[in-house]
Amino acid sequence: MVPVSYYLMLSAALFGLGVVGFVFKRNIITLFMCIELMLNAVNLAFVAFSRMLGQLDGQVFVFFVIVVAAAEAAVGLAIVILIARNRKSLNVERVDSLKL
Amino acid sequence: MHVEMVLFFVLAAMAIAGAVNLIVQRHPIHSALSLIVVMVALAGEYLLLGSEFIAAIQIIVYAGAIMVLFVFVIMLLNAGVEERTHASRMAQYVGLPAAALLLVELVWSIRRGAAALPVEVSGAVSTRQLATLLFRDFVFPFELTSVLILVAIIGAIVLAKRET
Amino acid sequence: MTALAAAHPLLVVSLVKIIVLLLLLMTALAYLTWFERKVVAHIQSRWGPYRVGPHGLLQPVADGLKFLFKEDVVPAAADKFVFVLAPFLTFSLAVSTIALIPFGPSDITIFGQRTPLQVANVSIGLLFLFALTSIGVYGVALAGWASNSKYSLLGALRSSAQMVSYELSLTLSVVGVLLMAGTLNFREIIEAQRGFAWGVLPKWNLFAAPLPQVLGFVCFFTAAIAETNRLPFDLPEAEGELGAGFHTEYSSFKFAMFFIGEYASMVTVSCLAAILFFGGWLSPFPVTHNWSWTQYIPAAGFMIAGIAVIVYGVRYSTIVGRFVLPVLGLVVAGLGALLTLPGAIEVAQGPFWFLFKVVVFLFIYVWVRGTLPRFRYDQLMTLGWKVLFPLAIVNVVLTSLAVAARP
Repeated sequence: MVPVSYYLMLSAALFGLGVVGFVFKRNIITLFMCIELMLNAVNLAFVAFSRMLGQLDGQVFVFFVIVVAAAEAAVGLAIVILIARNRKSLNVERVDSLKL
Repeated sequence: MHVEMVLFFVLAAMAIAGAVNLIVQRHPIHSALSLIVVMVALAGEYLLLGSEFIAAIQIIVYAGAIMVLFVFVIMLLNAGVEERTHASRMAQYVGLPAAALLLVELVWSIRRGAAALPVEVSGAVSTRQLATLLFRDFVFPFELTSVLILVAIIGAIVLAKRET
Repeated sequence: MTALAAAHPLLVVSLVKIIVLLLLLMTALAYLTWFERKVVAHIQSRWGPYRVGPHGLLQPVADGLKFLFKEDVVPAAADKFVFVLAPFLTFSLAVSTIALIPFGPSDITIFGQRTPLQVANVSIGLLFLFALTSIGVYGVALAGWASNSKYSLLGALRSSAQMVSYELSLTLSVVGVLLMAGTLNFREIIEAQRGFAWGVLPKWNLFAAPLPQVLGFVCFFTAAIAETNRLPFDLPEAEGELGAGFHTEYSSFKFAMFFIGEYASMVTVSCLAAILFFGGWLSPFPVTHNWSWTQYIPAAGFMIAGIAVIVYGVRYSTIVGRFVLPVLGLVVAGLGALLTLPGAIEVAQGPFWFLFKVVVFLFIYVWVRGTLPRFRYDQLMTLGWKVLFPLAIVNVVLTSLAVAARP
């Protein structure tokens, strides 16, 4: 039996790596991917707790997180396409002012 | 060593290696591939935790649809190699050790509180139980998410349409 | 070996099954290419492969050797890692899906361990198979991107958009079957189709109460042909359109891997159609005492086929053919004779009917390829989103109404 705390540590490590990537990377799409990594880490914590407590609510929540992440990725990437079209660059440092 | 422990550590190593590779790689497509590796490793972890339906959904929806969307956008926008960042040197020399310290502290506090966690139940969760819960107690959020997906589809199409 | 099998039963038995299945699958895929070329040729009033070995039977061997010895070209500006990864991904995913397919109901004994005729009996088998096919989209997309060429990229984007769109209809069209069977496990889905209505009509999902899944089957097969990028849906990889699509820049072994991956997914989809809609390994004849002579149909079929090949072969034009074909016929007839033995009959019934149905579906695949013209890309997408997707949803709604109204 793998103790639940191991899964929580893995989840914390993945979340931390997602935050590090979010702070250090400059490409908008890579930033988005770091957000998805953070969401995945949280999903793992949910499933681990659901298994520990013997209730299935955690897994239903994971289901909803995945669905909402899909909707968010679709709209977010549409916005990224618009930014790339208008600013001609995917570097987040060039998108730091409202004026073109 | 128990087979489960070995599997857990192999999958955990794969997930962490994928996440580190996501940050280290300079081309977005390699980062996307590393994220797919992380997701597949996490699907394996869900299987270890007995939730086979969530593992299958993770692969079908997350790794098989959302990441395909990311890969499409990277190909369409022809995203190139990332340029050198102008961030300060202090971020590297102070930030990374601080992050490592935070991680050590988190791991230590989780280990300390692990004794108070209840013993876990074993056995796989059947899809039927999950479906019963989803369609009986959580039917209202379920219908709301379908409206959310519809709004997201319309929003994405309207935003990305080319003005002609 | 038996002692080793007793010590680690799951490992040894699984390894043996995997090795046997891989060998059989690779041979079957090689001869599937021969089968396709022959059938398409006969549809077009010509012979097909004829010279390489009697009736072109050595053509797959010649093709394999050609692929091994061709020069392996990697474009200079291509992303090397992704360029090599893409065909391996397609090939390995397509071949691993065969591990989930059950071939027969009875257990066989390998090195003293009783084991079912299936490599992995997963309780969410169907969902897992769809997971593997949805990752297969990456093989195509990454191949086009890594080739660093305009035609490849366009072909890859079109092909992966097509695969993603038809995947929706594919998974939805199967929901009717799931509602009627109540489970995602392949064995239980087949077991739910056991029995005969009015004593004669098999209770396969295609004809079964409460709602015959005809619409589901039509949607499934059409979506599957589009998903595996076969004619009439093969615009992204057709010669003459966009170069050769996403595999323009691939040569020799990597191209062969794409090729084999496509045929392997064809085989998987045919197996799925047989399992979900046509009763899998269940015989189309009732199993009552009056019909017990149908047990000898596999043996009779093999013996007749073997004797026909012998009779045809002794008068063949080349000397090699006059030797090889009768030997082949003798082997097939001998197999048929073996199947009349009492021990072998029960074990062989299930796999025979299953493989028979799979071969029928493969023939339909090749038949459609030889007959229908290619769809234009916008026609293809219109069909996927505006015709198949609503039809699949209608099927789900009707089936759920029928299942709910069942007393």
